[in-house]
Amino acid sequence: MSMKISSRSVDGVSILDCSGRITLGEGSITLRDSVRDLLSKGQKKILLNLGDVSYIDSSGIGELVSAFTTVRNQGGELKLLNLTKKVHDLLQITKLYTVFDVKDDETSAVKAFN
Amino acid sequence: MTKQKVSYSMDSTLATVDNAEQTANRFAAEAGFDEDEVMQISMAVREAAINAVLHGNAYDPGKKVNFDFEKTSSDLVITVRDQGNGLNVNHIPDPLAPENLMKTSGRGIFLMRSFMDEVEIHPSQTGTEIKLIKHVHGTTEGGKEASQ
Repeated sequence: MSMKISSRSVDGVSILDCSGRITLGEGSITLRDSVRDLLSKGQKKILLNLGDVSYIDSSGIGELVSAFTTVRNQGGELKLLNLTKKVHDLLQITKLYTVFDVKDDETSAVKAFN
Repeated sequence: MTKQKVSYSMDSTLATVDNAEQTANRFAAEAGFDEDEVMQISMAVREAAINAVLHGNAYDPGKKVNFDFEKTSSDLVITVRDQGNGLNVNHIPDPLAPENLMKTSGRGIFLMRSFMDEVEIHPSQTGTEIKLIKHVHGTTEGGKEASQ
């Protein structure tokens, strides 16, 4: 299953609803392009909804780190929403869970940007 | 003692990485591992395949990746061999070190070691062999946790 991303906006926050696999190749590139597209439009408050992401590999983890850093370097903020157990566990063992701002409720996540 | 072994060779492509993961998934499930363990084994194999295709063979169409999937009465053993220049095992950075935490790569071998009971890396001038071992339940006195 390939990666699919749809974008929507809530109270000035861009939410990327991701589904599928963030893995080496197409999945990672799709995520990268989506984040860059938002940044190019000046949208720097980005919430990545990973609720339907079934799988992520080391390249996908790297892409999340890259997205986080890229957004932050442009003065923006990127948060993660609705981690599945698999993704949660991966971020825990790689010690990235505390690096990312992880939320499990969309409404409070959107409010947290302000 | 029952023993199964499957060996094959594939091109240095992303399709090979996906294929290796799927084969590992099937092999581990058939070996009786539970859902979480199957995911861990298939991810470790995926990472080894990424290492071979991307870093070892560098997508070279003239180089192959060889896989052995073997189940013995005590272990599931997956061996991945590339035809690259040989991984320098003395220069594998710790991805958990503060200075490496925000790097976008370098977590593959760490994930293999996290998910398997044993990981052996054998580099040579003709390529790198990575052997991933997961103990079958009830046949050994302890796995990774017991040895720590």
